Amino acid sequence: MDMVEVLERLNYQVTYNPAQTCCGQPAFNAGHREEAHSVASCFLEAFKEAECIVCPSGSCVAMVRKFFPQVFQSSKELEIAKSLESKVFEFTEFLVREGKVNELSGQAEGKVAFHNSCHAMRELRLIDEPWAVLRKIEGCQWVQPEVEPTCCGFGGLFSVKFSPISQTMAKTRLEQFVDCGADTLVTNDPGCLQQLKTEASSKSLGIDILHLSQFLNRALNHPGVRS
Amino acid sequence: MSQLQSFLDNSENKALDEIHRKKIIKAVTSYDQTVIGMKSEQFKDWAHSREVAGKIKQATLDRLPDYLEEFESKIQARGAQVLWAEDAQAARSFIDEIIARHKVKQVVKSKSMTTEEIDLNEHLEEQDIEVFESDLGELIVQLAGEKPYHIVTPAMHKSKEEIAELFNEKLNSDPDSTAEELTMTARAFLRNAYVTSQIGITGANFLIADEGAVVMIENEGNGRLSMACPPVHVVVAGIEKMLPRLRDLPLFLPLLSTSGTGQEVTCYNSIIKGPKGEEEVDGPEHMYVILLDNGRSELFQDEEFQQALRCIRCGACLNACPVYRTIGGHSYDTTYQGPIGSVITPHLRDLASFGHLAQASSLCGACTDVCPVKIDLHHLLLENRWRSKKAGLSGIKWELILKIWAWVFKSRSRLNGMSKFIQLTQGLVRMLMPKSLREKVPRRAKKSFGELWKERQQ
Repeated sequence: MDMVEVLERLNYQVTYNPAQTCCGQPAFNAGHREEAHSVASCFLEAFKEAECIVCPSGSCVAMVRKFFPQVFQSSKELEIAKSLESKVFEFTEFLVREGKVNELSGQAEGKVAFHNSCHAMRELRLIDEPWAVLRKIEGCQWVQPEVEPTCCGFGGLFSVKFSPISQTMAKTRLEQFVDCGADTLVTNDPGCLQQLKTEASSKSLGIDILHLSQFLNRALNHPGVRS
Repeated sequence: MSQLQSFLDNSENKALDEIHRKKIIKAVTSYDQTVIGMKSEQFKDWAHSREVAGKIKQATLDRLPDYLEEFESKIQARGAQVLWAEDAQAARSFIDEIIARHKVKQVVKSKSMTTEEIDLNEHLEEQDIEVFESDLGELIVQLAGEKPYHIVTPAMHKSKEEIAELFNEKLNSDPDSTAEELTMTARAFLRNAYVTSQIGITGANFLIADEGAVVMIENEGNGRLSMACPPVHVVVAGIEKMLPRLRDLPLFLPLLSTSGTGQEVTCYNSIIKGPKGEEEVDGPEHMYVILLDNGRSELFQDEEFQQALRCIRCGACLNACPVYRTIGGHSYDTTYQGPIGSVITPHLRDLASFGHLAQASSLCGACTDVCPVKIDLHHLLLENRWRSKKAGLSGIKWELILKIWAWVFKSRSRLNGMSKFIQLTQGLVRMLMPKSLREKVPRRAKKSFGELWKERQQ
């Protein structure tokens, strides 16, 4: 809902189709393309009339933009699937593309770090976009680990099938943020969010973990912001 | 025990092993720092260099049979003999023949993953032939009775202290030896072997078609000695090691060294064009080059997977992989570990036994980003998952789970029903869960987005 509120603040009319379910990525990434196809078909049905689709997850966007052509290969829905490629955007990608970043002004406190999701970073090449948005938030200190960014270990069904590996990956990633002194960690994908939050709470780490849209909405509504 | 079960057991053990985790983090962090610096220092445009390198390797694959024949005819003209090994068994048989012909009792080897692939050491030892691994890392794992942990740095998982203990036990060195002293111990142990071995077996980093040459790069000089001192030199090389021209090396040598270890170039770079020539005073009398297929032709003929043969075995994808960093090289139980191993092993060996390796990835794509020849590694892992599914290897459990999942997610009302059901029962279900599982399973939100949206519209 935070993303909706930010978009509305920027004067967009947001609609939500209650019939929507999932893009089919869990099955696609497991190699089960028939199941992915059946669920992705519902996605096409729900979104084929949309003017523009904004999503708070680079992973889902990558699925629609990059992998739908494979899912719908030699299917009569291929044309509709391809028409969505240029209409679907990750949240920060949308804000940057629409030139709305300069209209953002927000406040936050503490030492804040950002974890970019692998699919946003490597499938969609969204590296500068999240930062263009985050840099608009003042009052907090931005800290970042010195090491190369690594995966949080979520990986969808990977985290279920190989949970000890997945958990240790989360531990290693979180350790990097704790080591650089962050008290708040912002991430742009619900998958990473869930993975990192679960690991942090099981280890009782004193670090607040938020989705970028949550962090942004809070910062925009911060009492310290001059209107 | 199945390969999958032993992978699950081993990977869990390593994932929970804090000492191992700390050692590997230390090693890859120092690797990362060195390599990133070297990429910008040595290459005007790293991205462009890998683009070009990928294209050269792909163009080589497009004409691989021609280049292999050109290589064969050029190097044979200078007295080397080229032997075509269809599989590991054929390669071992060739080596057996060479050993019988030259009455070999002792072998000195330089580092070669291809000889690991054909289990050469075990094969030779079964025949009471003494094998000296001359690369320091390889010697360490040989003495420890282990397999290489990493395709470039085989003893990456061993601390100096562990090596000092091992050398003390096996080579009688001082248990408090420094790194330099340990190196000197290995050197003293190996020096004589170069002279007394009847045969030196090496791998190849590149095969050069236009010159008919074998290129070998290394940092210790042991490869050079293994190749030059014994009267017989045997090269075991995969057919994908080919480069068309000698003038491709100015790109590929720094590319491999930078990606492999963060060096400008390795300390010793040898270009070998045959056995001792008529006018030359030293070098091996005989040279054999065994060209190993062992499943590569299958990859070659596979439209999607051919690109995996561009690999120059630099190990960058292993170092970048968060799964490799967590479970270490031995958990894979394959010759080639990490992302490239999980891409090719199901094809070089078999999908039924090794398909699970492609599942053991978060598909983060770090491997693809660092590959110096631009192999689309993580998408090939995804492709392997699809191949496993098509071959009916998903297992009944996952077939069923995903069928039910799709049935629920095809309809919003079913999904809402499921969601409501979870909301109503989660209190009880969570109570019955063991604590460790309860920590892992997130609670359903008090209200779903759909419910919040509905309230908002009212």
